[in-house]
This record gives sequence, C-alpha cells and structure tokens, in this order.
Amino acid sequence: MIVVNTETIPGHRILQIKGLVQGNTVRAKHVGRDIAASLKNLVGGELTGYTELMVESRRESLARMLAQAQQLGANAVVNVRFATSSITAGAAELYCYGTAVVVEAIDLGAGENG
Amino acid sequence: MIFFQLFIQLIIPLSLVGVCFLIGKGIELHHFKKLTQREQQLSGIIVTNLKTIPLEYANAQPILVMGSAVIATDYFKVFAAGLRTLFGGEMKSYVTLMERARREAMVRLLEQAAGQGASAVWNIRYETSTTHGQHRKKPGGVEVQAYGTALR
Repeated sequence: MIVVNTETIPGHRILQIKGLVQGNTVRAKHVGRDIAASLKNLVGGELTGYTELMVESRRESLARMLAQAQQLGANAVVNVRFATSSITAGAAELYCYGTAVVVEAIDLGAGENG
Repeated sequence: MIFFQLFIQLIIPLSLVGVCFLIGKGIELHHFKKLTQREQQLSGIIVTNLKTIPLEYANAQPILVMGSAVIATDYFKVFAAGLRTLFGGEMKSYVTLMERARREAMVRLLEQAAGQGASAVWNIRYETSTTHGQHRKKPGGVEVQAYGTALR
C-alpha cells in the first residue's frame, strides 16, 4: 500500500475516493522508564524511553489506519496527518488520519501528450 | 539550627542548579555539535514543505518517512524559566531545547530517507507535544515529530 502525506501520488491517478480513515492509540511505558526519565530530567538530554514510546505508538496508529483502509478496499492512503495530545504524565495519545483512495499508475507517454 | 535550615532550603537546591547547569550545558553543546555534523552529511537531500510534487519526480516511488525525538528539560532550564516568568522576556533555555528536538527529529527523518535511497523529501510537517501532560512537576520533555514524503 502506498502511503504519502501529499495530496497526489507522482505517476498515479486517483480513481476513487474511499473516505477518511483513522487510527489512534494511547500508550504508556513501564514505571522503570518513568523513574529513569525523572533522573534524566536533572541534567537534560534525550529521553530514549519516551522516544521509543512515541515511535511505537505512531507505528501502532499508522497500522490501525492502514488496516481500515484495507478493509475499505483502497490501495493507497494520501494526505496523511499526525496529531499528538498528552492525556496524563508518561502517556501519549497518537492519532493519524488520511484519505483512503484507489489509484492506478499512469502510462507516462500518455501523460506527456495529455 | 538556622544555618542548618538555610543549608537545606537554599544551598542544596542552588548547588544542584549549578551542577545541573554545567552537565546540561555540556550535553547540549555536544548534541549541537553532533547535529551539525549529521546535517552536513545529509545536506544532499532536497527538503521542502511544498505539497505538489513536480513532474520530474513522476517516476519516483513515494514513501512516508518520519523521525521523532523526545528531549528532556534539565533542572537549570526549569529554574531559569521560572525566573523568566517573573520578569518576562524570551526563555532562551527553552528556545534551545525546542531547537534541539526539532533538528534531531529532522535529522532522523533524513536518515530514514537516505536509508531508503531517497533524493528528495516533499511536504514536511512538524508536530509537537509534551510527554508529561498537564503535570508540570512530573518528569518529561518535549516531543517533536517530523514527517514527509520521500521520493526515491
């Protein structure tokens, strides 16, 4: 499946719009990570535990969105957007949404003529 | 007794601020140095936030790429920002914090794009959030995510 955050896909034509698809997740890390993060907060630097958390949750929400798109029979998702909100300490809500579409590759020779 | 109380209430926090300032500053300078190096290595990739992909990339294969980083505040930054709220003005300690997070996220995005063999990244967006929610006292940092469409 082609996933892009632009409105069009180069070399492809959108045949049919299947509608908005979305995926979200709220995740937290275990308490050990939280303690490590609070120690790191004294001197600064990257919180690798939380970076991992964000990456994992983002993949999860993206996967849920793609599953929904697949169910609708789409073969691409365009104009994907991510949104983040913080619900409570140490947890993150990740939300992603896009438009599921059916696309077809354009014959490039025809594209130049038309 | 008064001296003891003064010691507990004033000197320990202040020396902690001092120590954390030195370590934090060191980590920050090292981070900036590393970022500059990595940015130079990746400078060959075209980066833009334009929406439409020009015709020259009509054959390119698009891939969604993203990079994110969570950077922690340090004890000194929180202290300095607390003082700033009394007098107003620019919170320089937080400006550099945001800059680090944003550049780190961008570099990670570019590294992913370079790993896929992409020559350009179109329609780049940034997203920002915090990992400590509304609890300002709880540990946490700023999270920046960058995402875009890489063209191979």
